[in-house]
Amino acid sequence: METETIQQLLAAAFPEATSLDVEDRTGGGDHFQVTVISPSFAGVSLLDQHRRVNEALASPLADGSIHELRIKTKGPQ
Amino acid sequence: MKTLNEQISDVISQEPVALFMKGTPQMVMCGNSYRALQALHAAGAPITTVDILPDARIREELSAISGWPTIPQVFVNGELIGGADITEELNESGELRQKLDDALGADRSQDVKVVELQLA
Repeated sequence: METETIQQLLAAAFPEATSLDVEDRTGGGDHFQVTVISPSFAGVSLLDQHRRVNEALASPLADGSIHELRIKTKGPQ
Repeated sequence: MKTLNEQISDVISQEPVALFMKGTPQMVMCGNSYRALQALHAAGAPITTVDILPDARIREELSAISGWPTIPQVFVNGELIGGADITEELNESGELRQKLDDALGADRSQDVKVVELQLA
């Protein structure tokens, strides 16, 4: 799976994000590190921030296109 | 015999710290499971692990209970803490140790235990 596809899914789910980054950790197209910095995370627990990212990528997670996902989220600085 | 769902719920509610992982502490089968295990060790947690690999239904039932899609999953006193990233992040910030101190006391056991679920 292409990093661009994940980037698009995240952009659709977090239109207000100030930073969206997707890294293919192994070059194999199935181990990804995503970073989402968004003002919408203000006052949201870390658990729920990660839940939202998981939900945005639910489809590729469910069908195995993403084998391993690392998530880093941040609210407004 | 209890259903798989009941057995998983029992582990979550009865074990101080439950780690659902791929493999066992002796033979970890996934990098993220290893990261969660290491973070729990570093924070001085007692750890009860359940290997989700023997049967796909374990993971299905677990995710249905927790609402969390990926493995590993860490619970403290029945509460979902998160996966590897959150557990690691909370360990690095010191919040994980604080949470464990609050939930289990500072003078806690650090035993590691493996629970095998009974598959019908």
